[in-house]
Amino acid sequence: MMAAAKKFSPVWLTLPSLALFLVMLMTPLTLTLLLSFNEYDNMKGAVGGFTLDHYWKVISDGFYLEIFWRTLKIGLLTTLICVVVGVPEAYILSRMNRPWRSLFLMIVLTPLLVSVVVRTFGWSMLLGFEGPINQLFVALGWGKSRLLYTEGAVIAALVHVMLPFMIIPVWTSLQKLDPQVEQAALSFGASRLTAITRVVLPQIMPGILSGGLIVFGLAASSFAIPGLLGGRRLKMVATTVYDQYLHELNWPMGASIAVILLLANLVVMLTCHRVVEGQYRRRLG
Amino acid sequence: MPFLELDNLTKQYGHLYAVENVSLTVEQGEFISLLGPSGCGKTTTLQMIAGFVEATAGAIRLQGRDITHAPANSRGLGIVFQSYALFPHMTVAGNVSFGLEMQKVSKAERARRVDHALTLVHLDAYADRYPRELSGGQRQRVALARALVIQPPLLLLDEPLSNLDAKLREAMQFELRNIQQQVGTTTIMVTHDQAEAFSVSDRVVVMQSGKVMQIDTPYQVYEHPATDFISRFVGKTNMIPSAPGHPQRHIRPEKLRLVAAGSGRVNATVAERFFLGSQWFYHLTSDLGELTVTIPNDGSAPQAPGTVVGVQWDEANMRTLAEGRA
Ligand SMILES: Nc1ncnc2c1ncn2[C@@H]1O[C@H](COP(=O)(O)OP(=O)(O)OP(=O)(O)O)[C@@H](O)[C@H]1O
Ligand SMILES: [Mg+2]
Repeated sequence: MMAAAKKFSPVWLTLPSLALFLVMLMTPLTLTLLLSFNEYDNMKGAVGGFTLDHYWKVISDGFYLEIFWRTLKIGLLTTLICVVVGVPEAYILSRMNRPWRSLFLMIVLTPLLVSVVVRTFGWSMLLGFEGPINQLFVALGWGKSRLLYTEGAVIAALVHVMLPFMIIPVWTSLQKLDPQVEQAALSFGASRLTAITRVVLPQIMPGILSGGLIVFGLAASSFAIPGLLGGRRLKMVATTVYDQYLHELNWPMGASIAVILLLANLVVMLTCHRVVEGQYRRRLG
Repeated sequence: MPFLELDNLTKQYGHLYAVENVSLTVEQGEFISLLGPSGCGKTTTLQMIAGFVEATAGAIRLQGRDITHAPANSRGLGIVFQSYALFPHMTVAGNVSFGLEMQKVSKAERARRVDHALTLVHLDAYADRYPRELSGGQRQRVALARALVIQPPLLLLDEPLSNLDAKLREAMQFELRNIQQQVGTTTIMVTHDQAEAFSVSDRVVVMQSGKVMQIDTPYQVYEHPATDFISRFVGKTNMIPSAPGHPQRHIRPEKLRLVAAGSGRVNATVAERFFLGSQWFYHLTSDLGELTVTIPNDGSAPQAPGTVVGVQWDEANMRTLAEGRA
């Protein structure tokens, strides 16, 4: 009796989160999935029934393909820049001494402390036609250029807010490293750079990959930043879903796009997960 | 010109002197052990030679060149870390091969030398394992192979055999000694095992609280310890009371003999006896206080507790420590 109760206690303990998961995540997801198969009528909206038309339209219409392609591109570029900037930053951070380390960690985290709306309007002001950057360009004699409503603006703002999600996992795996292992590499005659590329980097690869996954997932499904900095023309998948729901009122179409985005994200995540499992499990545990 | 020279080497952590004014000259091809209790500064000394701990004061000279502040990767030493510090993402062979790759040794030559080094530490069958798939002793041997394979002019070993069983440890001690004699590698080994220090080293450096207490051959350290502390650290000892005003006298347990009651210098009663395999170890009570005696197990019957025996010794084996040094 007691033993049985003990055995099942983990199940009881997960009940609250399980309930939350079912009610808050699975229910809307299932409803979205069902909705995506509904037929759509111009006058009446979703009218039930079953059709694969919306999915077909998304994968055959150049308009949607371009949006998906752009989303993939922006997601990958954001991830890449976050890796290139975030990994060295995390490394330097982990080498800092006491008072500075926590200070700079705080600075890294600040984008997360500012509301997305405030942060994004900050970027709009900075990049605007009359903004300080363009004024600097003028002062340098280059003339004004359109910075806002470009992919560059979206990527810059995404990198800004996603960096902490890259730095934290990398920093965590750096914390777990034995500093003597890097010293060992040096003692065997490796240069600083070789020690980093051959000894430090491979060990923090799982951290980089999980950071990359988080960044890619969040960037590919980001909504507010492309909405505010991409303008009407530069659509990403999440903003398109929004448009379908609220402007076109084509809910089934919006639902299909959302489902495809979810699936695409899942495929990327699972692929990376397989790589991590296969490559690093045996070595790093 | 000495091969390696430590000149008043000092490391301070805040107010703590981890290493204080350590001076030592090592000749080419010498095998030196740093011996001392836990926390006495052995690792810190070694890490300063390796270049991972910045000396607070003093100098390190390698073949006449001042390397006190030279970067670690310019020193070309072979090191076994106390924590092994293996590369966890590389196989055993990859770990051992790393130093050779840094020296741009050709692939075929590398394979041959890695194989040889792994055979030396009895790990040739484990070349494709990852460190986390090995036992503590196996990891330690990988660390040893990794340091030996590059045939460095100076080998720094931080308790390289601490995790091995008695038999393997003896075999590795033999190999270390062998390499040192054949290749002429100068070796500095940290240990807190006095038997190990004695059996392999040319000279032993005894440290206590960051300071060097004695530098001598193993025999001298054992037979003529400079201080009371060393006398106790490198073996067991009996304090023999002497007349007031005279220095304290010591004698080692194996220098005492058990004889028939009344025919020794003093009579004693067997309080306890322990069997150590090759020896019997006795606790005796006598007019001189507690005495410990070890007797080789030559097959004769041991003394039973409660027996009264005589204790005999040669006066020449009695040691006195200089006043003030104890
Ligand atoms: N980074 C450090 N910061 C402060 N104190 C330190 C540091 N490293 C070592 N110490 C101190 O310096 C002293 C010597 O340490 P060390 O590691 O050299 O001892 P050891 O002789 O190697 O001991 P063991 O036999 O236990 O390995 C110790 O008291 C230790 O606490
Ligand atoms: Mg130590």
